[in-house]
Amino acid sequence: MKVLVPVKRVVDYNVKIRVKPDNSGVDLSNVKMSVNPFCEIAIEEAVRLKEAGTATEVVAVTVGSSASQEQLRTCLALGADRAVLIETDADAQPLGIAKALKALQEKEGAELVIFGKQSIDGDNSQTGQMFAALTGMPQGTFASEVKIADGRIDVTREIDGGLQTVSLKLPAVVTTDLRLNEPRYASLPNIMKAKKKPLDVVTPDELGVDLTPSVEVLSVEPPAERQAGIKVESVEELVDKLKNEAKVIS
Amino acid sequence: MSILVVADHDNAELKPATLVVVAAAQAIGGDIDVLVAGEGCGGVADAASKVAGVSKVLCADNAAYGHQLAENVAALVAELGANYSHILTAHTTVGKNFLPRVAALLDVAQISDIQGVESADTFKRPIYAGNAIATVKSSDAIKVISVRGTAFDGVAAEGGSASVEAVDSVHDAGVSSFVGEEIAKSERPELTAASVIISGGRGMGSGENFALLDGIADKLGAAIGASRAAVDAGFVPNDMQVGQTGKIVAPELYIAVGISGAIQHLAGMKDSKVIVAINKDEDAPIFQVADYGLVADLFKALPELEAAL
Repeated sequence: MKVLVPVKRVVDYNVKIRVKPDNSGVDLSNVKMSVNPFCEIAIEEAVRLKEAGTATEVVAVTVGSSASQEQLRTCLALGADRAVLIETDADAQPLGIAKALKALQEKEGAELVIFGKQSIDGDNSQTGQMFAALTGMPQGTFASEVKIADGRIDVTREIDGGLQTVSLKLPAVVTTDLRLNEPRYASLPNIMKAKKKPLDVVTPDELGVDLTPSVEVLSVEPPAERQAGIKVESVEELVDKLKNEAKVIS
Repeated sequence: MSILVVADHDNAELKPATLVVVAAAQAIGGDIDVLVAGEGCGGVADAASKVAGVSKVLCADNAAYGHQLAENVAALVAELGANYSHILTAHTTVGKNFLPRVAALLDVAQISDIQGVESADTFKRPIYAGNAIATVKSSDAIKVISVRGTAFDGVAAEGGSASVEAVDSVHDAGVSSFVGEEIAKSERPELTAASVIISGGRGMGSGENFALLDGIADKLGAAIGASRAAVDAGFVPNDMQVGQTGKIVAPELYIAVGISGAIQHLAGMKDSKVIVAINKDEDAPIFQVADYGLVADLFKALPELEAAL
């Protein structure tokens, strides 16, 4: 079984981002970039399926600029067998990305496609579901556990208030939630080996897809700052303030 | 303009999130229809017909929609929604699951998690875990939108008198099926609907120590939440998590106990009206957003707080 794992290059989750002074976007110059954390969980799950003998090949793919090769190399170091960069300098949005991935899937014919549930830059949580709709695949979003048997995959999903399990006919899409697994760190020998693994570059034109977005970002602003309040000296004072000043308890 | 609101419900009850979505629809303006897709969901459709500001309720009652399987519900919403200018639903795990499929089937973009309506085609939404707010404009013929549950004041659940129309259209893709569900049973309010929340972080030290929050939650009628650090440490289950990757909340009163205040947590609670922080580290970033900070050992402060309430 071939597993396709679409990943995204994003600002590292430890970076405190800054909005550009002209409000045109977020300042990404000289900022550490990484594999989106949910995508890392997706790679880890695919690699574990290969180690368990369920998957035969793990292919990492991304849609982005040539700089994204760095993140694909990371995926190769984490255990992916090969990688594909769909190269574009355009600011691709989820629907366009889903279309490009669909075109790639038509060539690859993966039986399982594992996405992260959202990227931590755009916070859209759309691409996996859109890809599933375009390809007619069923989806198990926000997965905390997956089991594959007899041409189906059972996905336990994190939903509001608890867990839900659905059974999907393969080929299928899974999007990862935090608890699915804990990704490994790439070892130095694996980082060296990753440099020799195949990384193909294709363009959206070659795939016959148009990435022109239909949503325009007019401005990006910092959120309203919350002012720090006061320190209270005791629980007694705290309760008094909540009752008589903030009036949020009675 | 005409707006289709897809109701969030569990076949028994219309979830309050739907009232917030109707409020967002009113901010856009136009006729508002509500779709209730489910199984045995007639009661929910009746409840939706009483919601203020709703013109018409469409009720698709079929086993195919019983568990809100995205493959089936999305096909239905895409079919019905093609006649509307906007399709809105709540940014809950149900909405997040099916709505992007609807957008893809209609070949339009989705605008996720809006927190403000500027005009019929321009919206505000948080990006980077709420560390930036983007104003975005859609040129699509149909705007497919999910709405943040804390961003608008919900409309009244009573006062409307919409008609209820049955929808016969059945979409069963036949590629997915429901196996089971484990819903945490609790006498406490749901996190996203609670007016008071008390949350514990890594400082709680263990899952057992979360019991220290119980008595206070009982006295305040509060929901109990947790930071991602507490979830990752295995103290409590993930559905208690407040933060960027968990639940976004905005209660009247939020009490953060033993939570340092990582960006990821602040993103989920900084819109709360009053924030209280109890932490023994006086330099913890949580104090920069707290209205009232108490530098104290939580194992002493919590029993005192419970006794004082």
